[in-house]
Amino acid sequence: MKQTISVLVENQAGVLNRITGLFSRRAFNIESLAVGVTDDPTVSRITIIVDSGNNMVEQVEKQLNKLIEVIKVRTLEETNLIGRELMILKVNANNKTRQDIMTICEIMGAKVDDISPTSMTLELSAEPDRLDTFQAMMRPFSILEVARTGVIAVQKGGGKI
Amino acid sequence: MKIRATQAIMECLLEQEVDTVFGYPGGTILNVYDELYNYKDKIHHVLTSHEQGAAHAADGYARSTGKVGVCFATSGPGATNLTTGIATAYMDSSPVVFITCNVTEPLLGKDSFQEVDITGIAMPITKATYLVRDPQTIPDVMRQAFAVAATGRPGPVLIDFLKNVTAPNVEIDYEFVPWTKNRSCGSIRALATSHELKAPEPNLGDIDTLVQMISQSERPMLICGGGVVRGRAHQQFRTFAEKLDAPVAITVMGGGGFPGGHPLTTGMVGMHGSQASNVACNECDLLIAVGCRFSDRVALQPESFASQAKIVQIDIDRSEIDKNVLTDHHIIGSAKRVLELLNQRLPQYSHPEWKERILPLREPSIPRDSERLTPKQVLEVIRRLAPQDTIVATDVGQHQMWSIQHFHFDYPGQLLTSGGFGTMGFGLGAAIGAKTGNPDKVVVHTTGDGCFRMNCNELATVEHYHLPIITVVFNNGTLGMVRQWQHLIYHERYSETTLDRGPDFVKLAEAYGLKGFRVTSRLEMEEAFSQALEAGCGCVLDCHLDMDEMVRPMVAGGAHITDFLLK
Repeated sequence: MKQTISVLVENQAGVLNRITGLFSRRAFNIESLAVGVTDDPTVSRITIIVDSGNNMVEQVEKQLNKLIEVIKVRTLEETNLIGRELMILKVNANNKTRQDIMTICEIMGAKVDDISPTSMTLELSAEPDRLDTFQAMMRPFSILEVARTGVIAVQKGGGKI
Repeated sequence: MKIRATQAIMECLLEQEVDTVFGYPGGTILNVYDELYNYKDKIHHVLTSHEQGAAHAADGYARSTGKVGVCFATSGPGATNLTTGIATAYMDSSPVVFITCNVTEPLLGKDSFQEVDITGIAMPITKATYLVRDPQTIPDVMRQAFAVAATGRPGPVLIDFLKNVTAPNVEIDYEFVPWTKNRSCGSIRALATSHELKAPEPNLGDIDTLVQMISQSERPMLICGGGVVRGRAHQQFRTFAEKLDAPVAITVMGGGGFPGGHPLTTGMVGMHGSQASNVACNECDLLIAVGCRFSDRVALQPESFASQAKIVQIDIDRSEIDKNVLTDHHIIGSAKRVLELLNQRLPQYSHPEWKERILPLREPSIPRDSERLTPKQVLEVIRRLAPQDTIVATDVGQHQMWSIQHFHFDYPGQLLTSGGFGTMGFGLGAAIGAKTGNPDKVVVHTTGDGCFRMNCNELATVEHYHLPIITVVFNNGTLGMVRQWQHLIYHERYSETTLDRGPDFVKLAEAYGLKGFRVTSRLEMEEAFSQALEAGCGCVLDCHLDMDEMVRPMVAGGAHITDFLLK
């Protein structure tokens, strides 16, 4: 089962190293990891997706809590979070296929960032499943490059971690 | 007040009431050692032969005194030589602050002479690491490092100062704040809210649940783990055990947490645990483990461990709960506080039938008669002649298990052994730390010929500082524990374990200016040990034993706890 862990850490050199080091050392598998500074410039938020049983997620949470640079850790409930991932995808495109690609982009809500005689660069921010669907739809046109950020998430409603 | 940065480092050590430091100087840490020269009346520095010895000594000092140990080393190889010592302290939750210096800022990251990323290397084996690039942060970092090392579950911390930070012309603002008050300064304040830089207060509901579980139990059993020792909770644990009237098994790290000669003791538990302890684990209906993480040497087969019992874990570290063995109930808090609360609520219980089942399984300790000197005879002589409060530091292997099985440890810090990391060569350094911190106690260092050969260079330290440490070498000409596995599991294929080589440990001791004794019989052992107790200097007893002696009992790794390979 995929679970989303949100971690607030001190915004210092080496913190990310410490966290990823912890994951490899304890044999926890990371599905994705995204990091960025919060409203407070001294604090960063790391969103980690792990795919594993409850017992392991509990261990991850406890071990993260022990790190001095970690301020707060919270596992977000799947039904109670807003999670988004950004994908930039470059696909082969020519006069024949460009219109079909545009149609799919419209349906999925993707934006065109760049265009050349032989390619299009598209951008979509959505839930990971939706990105997978979009990627699958683009595959027949021959994908040149894909970059995904990993999910960032916050919980719904007025609460914060 | 403006003072030199290096002066601030020394003042911060004095804030923490540090009076002893172990270490080894070098190029990048020269400024710190230059300042130490000004402070030599207040801070006693013990210069070892090797940084690893200094690290083990600071660790042994911390374990035996309950204070935070401090160790200095230079950059590069000096720092990496510490790593085995840091890992040893980390695995056994021993509070040590390691201070290293690195190259100057402009040389950092250029693969400069004696440069290494020690904060990166030490990351997985410390509670925290600090790379200090700004001298103004020195007091804050020093205070935080000591607070982190000593509180909660203790452990090592490493501070790496860049050399330019310690330059003699660098001055910083500094005010003396005694350690009892510095919890309210600087970054520690924020840390105290996010990490509770104190032991978490136990939940009273959890305590009541356990009181209830105890009242329903007919066959309760206790495990005394390292947390009892580190938390200095031996008195509370003893009251608890006596109120419960339950058998007590002691882990390697728990040695000293419960009196070894107490009528409720069943001895060690796990791989080399006694039959009484292991059978009790298997047959009890309630198992309460205090400060014990159920390592693979205790809960050999986690799925079947204490399968008839409700398992209760009491630990200061939340991440230990359910890590190795799934528990039925747990209490988070320091062993001392949790046991105090439990003792207040518990009536006196009596479990005569259960004790009658378990306690007679303890092995009678009748020394075997043998032509050759046996390990038991050696230990028996030490136990008889040495004072009861003698501190024992061990290395790792057969002699370690024999020592722990045979001696009775009565107070925390009496047994110094590398239980978690299993570091060969730990013993002599640890003994130096223990003797430095406890000059009035007799310190015996038991070791094997394999272990002793690793770090016997520290005999120079023993001689120089006039530390009358008695080293007893269990010399069987082999890596005994590995040979035992080869004998039992690898069809007697003794690959590279026979140590048919020098040195002559008696001559070696003499070369270092110490006394050496060759021991081949019980009588010689008695004579040599009596002389060693009176010698007033370090002594090495080279005890020649048979290489096929084995540690009994033994359960193979991963096997069921009562599936004895050897009885």
